[in-house]
Amino acid sequence: MVGRHPATSGLHLTADERVLGKMKIMVAVKRVVDYAVKIRVKSDKSGVETSNIKMSMNPFCEIALEEALRIKESGLASEVIAVSMGPTQCVDTLRTGLAMGADRAIHVDAPATLYPLSVAKLLKALVDFEKPHLLILGKQAIDDDCNQTGQMVAGLLKWPQGTFASKVVLDKEKQVATVEREVDGGLETLCLDLPAVITTDLRLNQPRYATLPNIMKAKSKVIKKFTPEELNVQIKSDLELVQVTDPPKRKAGVIVSSVDELIDKLKNEAHVI
Amino acid sequence: MAALSIFRALRKRAIPSFSPSSSSSFSHGTAISRFVSTLVLAEHEGGSVKTSSVSAVAAAKAISEENSISVLLAGSGPSLHEAASHAASCHPSISQVLVADSDKLAYPLAEPWAELVHLVQQEGGYSHIIAASSSFGKNVLPRVAALLDVSPVTDVIEISGPQLFVRPIYAGNALCTVRYAGANPCMLTIRSTSFPVAPISADSKCNTAPVTQVDLSTFIEVTLGKSRYLNHSSQETERPDLGNARVVVTGGRALKSAENFKLIEKLAEKLGAAVGATRAAVDAGFVPNELQVGQTGKIVAPELYMAFGVSGAIQHLAGMRDSKFIVAVNKDADAPIFQVADYGLVGDLFEIIPELLEKLPEKK
Repeated sequence: MVGRHPATSGLHLTADERVLGKMKIMVAVKRVVDYAVKIRVKSDKSGVETSNIKMSMNPFCEIALEEALRIKESGLASEVIAVSMGPTQCVDTLRTGLAMGADRAIHVDAPATLYPLSVAKLLKALVDFEKPHLLILGKQAIDDDCNQTGQMVAGLLKWPQGTFASKVVLDKEKQVATVEREVDGGLETLCLDLPAVITTDLRLNQPRYATLPNIMKAKSKVIKKFTPEELNVQIKSDLELVQVTDPPKRKAGVIVSSVDELIDKLKNEAHVI
Repeated sequence: MAALSIFRALRKRAIPSFSPSSSSSFSHGTAISRFVSTLVLAEHEGGSVKTSSVSAVAAAKAISEENSISVLLAGSGPSLHEAASHAASCHPSISQVLVADSDKLAYPLAEPWAELVHLVQQEGGYSHIIAASSSFGKNVLPRVAALLDVSPVTDVIEISGPQLFVRPIYAGNALCTVRYAGANPCMLTIRSTSFPVAPISADSKCNTAPVTQVDLSTFIEVTLGKSRYLNHSSQETERPDLGNARVVVTGGRALKSAENFKLIEKLAEKLGAAVGATRAAVDAGFVPNELQVGQTGKIVAPELYMAFGVSGAIQHLAGMRDSKFIVAVNKDADAPIFQVADYGLVGDLFEIIPELLEKLPEKK
């Protein structure tokens, strides 16, 4: 079912399929310091150095976008909208998303430090505006490591949530998504009524690379711009950043030369075995 | 005092989201420092409260000595009530156990849980709500926070005051201190390895906290039924739980196959240790992903962490850098793991593990 080509599925549309034919998926993407960069804490402890540092799309967001694109390619959705909140440079991240295959994008021009509660409210406003059937996000951003936004927007929308998804299967007739979740003790499977919020875990898929022709094509795709005021969202900051510091350094260890020496150290120096 | 908190909660509900300044002026007052009451969202399994949830109680205690701590358990059936009596005596600081017994709460789904906590908060007007940063806590707590219009703080490793918390960011490469300046409740998930629980000695007489049933007659049903639990699969294992183990033995990509990974398992058995893995080992299919240690997997802080064939990528170090002693065995003398290892051994793990198996003392 899922693998059916969009062109053939269009030939035999049932009433339900027609509804789903118009199904929209919204994907939230975040611009973060590239995952491979070794970050540096600013000397005034006000944060982490981000100027002149390589920035990329958050890896979990790439996975979210990839999943949306695969759903569209299987004929179950008609449009994928990428959205991002933050300063002007977020447009670069959205262009990356468009080059991967998103149909259009929305940028909400907002301050650089937005807490998940504000992002969730902005997302809710965009959902109310665009009326997607599915909202897909990464499970966490690798900079603030919050793991909150998807759950919060699901709460605000009163939609069911499928967090830490490692497998997503849509059922077009029943209007449900079956989501396999990575939980502490193993895997858990839930069935969610659409519309729903899904957050992605690393093992959901392998995101594609944007090809050069697609990067060129992406330049002509539309990025719509909003301000929080236009969306009627007040940016709430009930958290104050006090300081950012380096984690305590581990003191240098020793290289031992044999298994016997290692066992001896563990026994008589560390007293752990 | 409780009445004031309820009033505050009601007031906040009446004017959602508009005036952060007026609501935060409440919390800056002395009221909070004089009256701290915490609701701990607890998980239970097989009739007892999970250790990570008991850590959340320890964290609640760290907020204030005077904290009045209530533990909330939900579910249905006899194991819930067994867990409730365990909760009542599992930590001396617990003053009340709340039990929500309903079919709708039989599985820990986010939607009914969030409504439940919302309801309990309206009744109790707690100043703090805490859960462990388990997959349950991370799933449920932010949803509740959104319903209550407050910003939660994830994965707290240190509590410096009733509103002052330290949490790692950038995969543990920086520590961020934040002050919560919003209205009640202040919501946290805590890293359980940072709030260890002292085992209760059998002879210590623990006072038992009263167990109260939550009145679910006003349970809001808007979001219930929109998600259904289908099933759960897990690997049966006799080894200790990865999150709480005293010793963890981890294998990376260099193990080359699931078959070879058995060497790690053998060594773990000998040491009474839990088995961990890197993302590479999980992705290659050597072991199931619940064994992944790192930024996106489990965070562990055992007394001894032994890494075999692990290069030490930033994302992996995020999950184990707080271990007391780290041992690294790797062929590559330049592997980053050696920079954090207390004891490093450069060599072939296929020679070293068998030698360790032979020479390690028998575990009593």
